Amino acid sequence: MENEQKPEELANIDFNPPETGWMDTPPEFKKGIFCYGSRPSYLEAVGFPNAREWKPTDEDWKLPDNWKEIVLEGMKERLEKYRSFKIFMDICVRCGACADKCHFYIGSGDPKNMPVLRAELIRSVYRRYFTTAGKMFGKLAGARDLTEDVIKEWWYYFYQCTECRRCSVFCPYGIDQAEITMVGREILNLLGTQTDWIGGPVANCYQKGNHLGLEPHAITSNIEYLCDDIEEITGITVEPSFNRKGAEILFVTPSGDLFGDPGTYTAMGYLMLLHELGLDYTWSTYASEGGNFGFFTSMDMAKRLNYKIYAEAKRLGVKWILGGECGHMWRVLNQYMDTWNGPADFLEEPVSPITGTKFENAKSTKMVHITEFTADLIKHNKLQFDKSRNDHLNITFHDSCNTARGMGIFEEPRYIIRNTCNNFFEMSDDETREKTFCCGSGSGLNAGENMELRMRGGMPRGHAVKKVQEKYGVNMLANICAIDRAVLPPLMDYWAPGVDVCGTHELLANALIMKGEIKRTQDLRLEDLPGVEDDDDDEENNEEGEE
Amino acid sequence: MGMLFSLFMVAALIVVAYAGVAVVNMQNLFGVVIPYAAIAIFLAGVILKVLKWSRSPVPFHIPTTCGQQKSLPWIKHSSTDNPQTTGGVIMRMALEIFLFRSLFRNIKSEVTDGRATYGSDKLLWLGGLAFHLTFFTVLIRHLRFFAEPVPAMINTIDALDGFMQIGVPHLLMSGVILVAAAAYLLWRRVGISQVKYISLAADYFPLFLIISIGLTGIIMRYFAKVDIVSVKKMTMGLVSLNPVVLSGVGSIFYIHMFLISVLLIYFPFSKLMHMGGVFLSPTRNLSNNSREKRHVNPWDYPVKVHTYEQYEDEFREKMKEAGIPVEKE
Amino acid sequence: MKIKSLLLDEKPTVLKKWFDLILDTYPSETSDFLKRQDNNPADPVSQIIHAGIEGLYDGLIHGIDSDTMHAQLDSIVRVRAIQDFTASEAINFIFHLKKLIRAELEQDIREQDLYEELLAIESDIDGMINMAFDIYMACREKIYELKANEMRNWTYRAVKHSKAYREVKADR
Repeated sequence: MENEQKPEELANIDFNPPETGWMDTPPEFKKGIFCYGSRPSYLEAVGFPNAREWKPTDEDWKLPDNWKEIVLEGMKERLEKYRSFKIFMDICVRCGACADKCHFYIGSGDPKNMPVLRAELIRSVYRRYFTTAGKMFGKLAGARDLTEDVIKEWWYYFYQCTECRRCSVFCPYGIDQAEITMVGREILNLLGTQTDWIGGPVANCYQKGNHLGLEPHAITSNIEYLCDDIEEITGITVEPSFNRKGAEILFVTPSGDLFGDPGTYTAMGYLMLLHELGLDYTWSTYASEGGNFGFFTSMDMAKRLNYKIYAEAKRLGVKWILGGECGHMWRVLNQYMDTWNGPADFLEEPVSPITGTKFENAKSTKMVHITEFTADLIKHNKLQFDKSRNDHLNITFHDSCNTARGMGIFEEPRYIIRNTCNNFFEMSDDETREKTFCCGSGSGLNAGENMELRMRGGMPRGHAVKKVQEKYGVNMLANICAIDRAVLPPLMDYWAPGVDVCGTHELLANALIMKGEIKRTQDLRLEDLPGVEDDDDDEENNEEGEE
Repeated sequence: MGMLFSLFMVAALIVVAYAGVAVVNMQNLFGVVIPYAAIAIFLAGVILKVLKWSRSPVPFHIPTTCGQQKSLPWIKHSSTDNPQTTGGVIMRMALEIFLFRSLFRNIKSEVTDGRATYGSDKLLWLGGLAFHLTFFTVLIRHLRFFAEPVPAMINTIDALDGFMQIGVPHLLMSGVILVAAAAYLLWRRVGISQVKYISLAADYFPLFLIISIGLTGIIMRYFAKVDIVSVKKMTMGLVSLNPVVLSGVGSIFYIHMFLISVLLIYFPFSKLMHMGGVFLSPTRNLSNNSREKRHVNPWDYPVKVHTYEQYEDEFREKMKEAGIPVEKE
Repeated sequence: MKIKSLLLDEKPTVLKKWFDLILDTYPSETSDFLKRQDNNPADPVSQIIHAGIEGLYDGLIHGIDSDTMHAQLDSIVRVRAIQDFTASEAINFIFHLKKLIRAELEQDIREQDLYEELLAIESDIDGMINMAFDIYMACREKIYELKANEMRNWTYRAVKHSKAYREVKADR
């Protein structure tokens, strides 16, 4: 398998292009690039078909006997259901504008990671079975037969796409590889070829309410730990409520924020802010997940998981819903939730109880992004900050793919950062906002076994941060996504060591002056605040300064 | 392989037209029957295709947002790159269709100090825009063959097009730029490895075809000058459903006509339909107002869910122990 | 040194061949694809390699401090460490340079008796190889550290949130 070159072979290299094109080059599954296949129990938990033990490296994937029929029927059904899919199959002119926009292509050089070619993987089958030209002229018309190798190739490459939509920004027709990947994965799911890393969170979320499978008591105790830390830092006792009927607002955030650092610091930030405001809000243990890994399997599954948010809001009788910092969660909330599980006519149009601002842009879904909510508070001078507490941080901001290209939330988080921090530096325009680079681990690719893939896909982001690290001494990468907070730390460790990762509400809460708080000597990470070091250090600094 | 095949195909088409007219004298077929058939196939094909597309619904509201959303009133909103209203969408589509907004964003990577950086790359935008604009101009110019008297507007376009006043008849820039831009687009498919790798016969064929159409047109106008009066009689005959075939119109005219007919026939079955598709692309033609106004999925159906009751039944004891309120004690 | 001016003269040829040899180490499809980009690659990985080897080559001729050499090597090796290569494949691109220099300058070296100078250059290249190997190992260790960390954090958190852990907390 390994391609060892003999020294004498190096001298005579064939510079001719390959005889065979991409259609005749089956993929070679490389360790570190793909995720493990899902264990059967995960698929059974939600009723996905063809649950069985299997490994992607197996020769025989144990597909159903009529797999070919399933795939072609699946394609036909989706061509009829999604205009996006149908049009994107027909109108690509292969201009190549998308080719070098994909972070996986940039990091690997593998031609099948060019969005256009990743789409051609399925388009070639579409032509063969659904167009006259493809049926008649075959390969000449860019068509090819559907074989098990093709299925494996789809699988290998549709799980090397993070559905980040960057290609779609540059495409003259807006062809969105995310749409094609989503349909591709949906079809692959009909054959039971889920990954374990996606299958697990989906099953957990369905039965227990969140991806991590935290049971109700674990959620409350988790948040209580965070409250203990808040008390240690600020001297203030925060007592959030859970599943409380009659609260004005339901707060929903990705469960990752309750579980792993540095997401937990962002969760502490929410708790501190909402306490300081005295907001009448509640957490839910049933709708304890804002994210939606179902979105990485099928539209139906995503809808099934998303159902809980409105159902819980209705049961508790809240007026509207506030959502935490998360990327794909907001793609789903902004573009899908109301369609799937609305209309939310049992809720009221969201109004900030603190400022009276009506969130007109959310008057149908009744769900507000916390950075919209907080930016409004800051604008109305409802919060006091000691920005110097963030002076040890040189911050840059990473726009998450989904909030950038599936929503367009750019200014709100920046406004929060500028108002709570003194040192904020932007990466270049070609690497932020709508052109932002993916973390390389989105859409359920944040497993451990595919670390090499993640580092490749994250290379452009890593390089971009490295540049501002060298130029401005950036040491903190802020973002508004729970997946980012989980996966950017290792990415930075590899490409830009010394840069840490945080959510914007961690920065905010660190600077937030709370009523009745003790003098803060620690940041939310329980590390000493450099601004309030003891006197000895100050003297040393002074001496150095005098010299 | 795709390229050579396409080149061969276009060459064969030229030979067929030439032989058909000059050798076996089938002027009627190439001057009347095929053009009529081509127009019929083109119109029917395009309409059917668009109908077929529009039969597939848009279940979800999925614009690709390329600018700041409209949220709080004091945050500057990007009304064309992330439109919130129908007016904004119309602007976005207009910029996309007439000025190729997305291609204008194109960037290419460079390496500085061992790290990837990005710089603007407008060549594809320029080449693409030049190609499409001049194609459109040439198309409009040709209306002079299908209208009597020639509308003043067309004369104006001609005058503008030939403003450089080179040669007799005046050199019309649009035709030259069209062929040059098509040649550039062809060069990209050969010269840039990524684009070469992804190119299919279906990408080369229309380029060769259009270049050949342009070249035969240029040859007719400036070199092998055809009897323009007879040509106009023939084209007017076609448009008035009273077709005539006149002798003395050179075979080059029939080749030109035949290649155009092939293009028209080929159009609805090919990627050239991007002309219609761009209008229907859901990532571009929807406003980003899905939180403000509910988007309805026409094929929506109920799905199996895990209800709160099921959840509480499973965890009731744990919830009570943790002090979480429950529905049933 | 005489050999250095020869290296300078041959720079375009050697660099081109070196670059192609490196691209040839990629899996066949990717390699054939990248190679067709000639000297003006459009994708960052090839660009990084191209810029990196040029820096190293210039360093060989004009002298280079170890920090700069480290940076040049790091830019290439850090990428190759996550690209499906074995250790030897990831760093053997530097060995190629030795072979290329011997092949390209063979005649001159023989005619002008530059063997000693060749040995000196080769020993500089050996220095690069050592450094590249250290960088490669550091990268791979980092990858495994990242994998292990994720696994450890995961397990730790899972235990932390299990019933057993809670009881211990409650007793405290």
